[in-house]
Amino acid sequence: MHIHRLEKIWLAIGVAMLFVFLGVIGVGAFAMGMQPPTGHHTIDPEKVSETYPFNNPGLEQVGENEYNAYMIAYAFGFKPAKMEVPLGAKVHFQVTSPDVVHGFQITGTTVNLMAVPGEVNHYTYTFDKPGEYLVLCNEYCGAGHEFMATTIIVK
Amino acid sequence: MTATVMQASAADNKRPFDGKDAKLVLAHLLVAFTALLLGGVAGVLQGLVRGGMIELPSEIGYYQILTAHGVLMALIFTTFFIIGFLYAGVSKTMGGKLLGVVSRMGWAGYVLMTVGTILGTIMILANEATVLYTFYAPLKANPFFYIALVFVVVGSWISGYGIFTQYRYWRRTHKGSVSPLFGFMAVATMLVWQIATIGVAITVLFQFIPWSFGWVEKINIMISRTLFWYFGHPLVYFWLMPAYMCWYICIPKIIGGKIFSDSMARLSFVLFILFSIPVGFHHQLMEPGIAPVWKYIQVVLTFMVVIPSLMTAFAMFATFEQTGRAKGARGLFGWLKTLPWGDVRFFAPFMGMLVFIPAGAGGIINASNQMNAMVHNTLWVTGHFHLTVATTVALTFFGVAYWLIPHVLGKQLTPRMNRLGIIQTIIWLIGMFFMSGSMHTVGLFGSPRRTAYTTYGDHPDAVFWMPYHVAMAIGGTILFIGVILMFCNMIALMRAPKGDEKTAAEFPIGETADAAEPTPKWIERWGVWVGVLVVLILFAYTVPFGDMLVNPAPGSKPWVTW
Repeated sequence: MHIHRLEKIWLAIGVAMLFVFLGVIGVGAFAMGMQPPTGHHTIDPEKVSETYPFNNPGLEQVGENEYNAYMIAYAFGFKPAKMEVPLGAKVHFQVTSPDVVHGFQITGTTVNLMAVPGEVNHYTYTFDKPGEYLVLCNEYCGAGHEFMATTIIVK
Repeated sequence: MTATVMQASAADNKRPFDGKDAKLVLAHLLVAFTALLLGGVAGVLQGLVRGGMIELPSEIGYYQILTAHGVLMALIFTTFFIIGFLYAGVSKTMGGKLLGVVSRMGWAGYVLMTVGTILGTIMILANEATVLYTFYAPLKANPFFYIALVFVVVGSWISGYGIFTQYRYWRRTHKGSVSPLFGFMAVATMLVWQIATIGVAITVLFQFIPWSFGWVEKINIMISRTLFWYFGHPLVYFWLMPAYMCWYICIPKIIGGKIFSDSMARLSFVLFILFSIPVGFHHQLMEPGIAPVWKYIQVVLTFMVVIPSLMTAFAMFATFEQTGRAKGARGLFGWLKTLPWGDVRFFAPFMGMLVFIPAGAGGIINASNQMNAMVHNTLWVTGHFHLTVATTVALTFFGVAYWLIPHVLGKQLTPRMNRLGIIQTIIWLIGMFFMSGSMHTVGLFGSPRRTAYTTYGDHPDAVFWMPYHVAMAIGGTILFIGVILMFCNMIALMRAPKGDEKTAAEFPIGETADAAEPTPKWIERWGVWVGVLVVLILFAYTVPFGDMLVNPAPGSKPWVTW
């Protein structure tokens, strides 16, 4: 099959850029630890409030200025309703849902994960700036979806 | 191993369209544009609510009309238009009329899809299915909403078999010839559709329907989401491929040029078949239950569609330049001036092409693994697909309608209609500039998609988003004017004056450039392409999906939260 010379050049440049780009993403994800949220950690959605650690949602210190944050996204709110995080803290979020699918997004940060019933999602974020961060549900979950929000205070 | 392509001649393009087939085509377009009108009403209401400009009466929910908008626009308008367009081209280029059995399959598919559309719309209007068009479990709609979806999908399958049947008949009766490009591409499009819908069929038939009737107690969420997105991404290629058919086959003829390369056009469609399906995880990057390495592998596979996209872009602009130079254009960009800017059959699809450049770039950002966290479920994504499907695909389909409707009826595309078409296109572009532009921007600031009016207790971040939401509502209102004008144009096209051999609208089927080499026959070895596709799907899904099956997360009971 004949391919025009200019088309060969065009495709070669395009494909080269593509692989550079994929390489950058891959190095970022696997060598520098910038993975999307993940975790294969199952939980019975009907027993979330009885299952450790979600029987006691909130912050748990695990190191020097390092915390686990166990959060429940439910229709239509978050537990704990208010949370305070020390400035500069590295927070390992663990999020699940006892009912339908929700989103867990902290605006102005890279924290954006799906709370799927039956699974616990994991993501780590370091809060370097003080402020009152807005946490909202970004997946449609029912009639009160737009009211599903809370804040995290970093100071 | 080469053979001559059956060339469409100018006389073929002008030849009157078969009267019986015309009814089938028009029936599809009527449902498509009715869905566009109703979906447009839902869309403008949403925009105004989100912008804080109106409040809906208490009997209608925001999420209810959001469901109606998504289902009617993304599923019904597109599918009906596509099947109508493909049947028209298949009839035109593969025998001049549909075989009796193919016509019957087309009607059977049409009736099933229409019944499904009506049933689904009733369920949405009754507030029995406020689950949005993605119907994520464990939100539970009325079981008849899922049954309505089955009707639509099964109907589209039967219509697809009709296209395969006509194609097989043509091949059998034209041994040694390469099939017409339209027929080849129609088969490729329907093949993607058949293989993609297997995923949604499995989840609806084996998970949603038994669970929503209460025959089984629980549903596995990750399995249902994975099956949905196995279907959900190739769905967008099912919208895009018919638009590419207009670009590859019809546009060269409309601008008075030739198809740049028949074989490269076919090869790009083969690549679309291979790389449109094993990629669904890029919609699930922010989810648990899928190992990072499998997310990344599907990201890499997703990006392979860059190759046929670049091929298409090259072919388009090569055609434009060759045509311009053949008409005597000089200088590096002189050929731009020779393009028929005043012809809506060119102008609308061309604007669609142009918009696809930023739209495609946005898509690359969305699929970029960890970078998706910046935009996932924000209005950026809504802005993205309002460029891809609601501008690139929609404007191309509108551009097709301006000749397809008069052609099948033996009528004229009058200069007045043409002018209205140009105006409609410009209205669409202006409306979309405001709406999609604001969506992209405010999405980057974090404003979530699929959310009714709220200021989140006057949080400063959310208050800052408000002016963008107002701009979205203004853009949406302009687009609604565009929808109304398009619907009126469609009615006017049906009532256009009759044409004779000279004045009737033609079905523009391009010829291949003389310099292009004959098309190799291996390109039509469908068994090979499907085989490679199956291998790719098994590679991309076996381990992660097997893990969901072998170590399933506890299931969920049904929830009705609206």
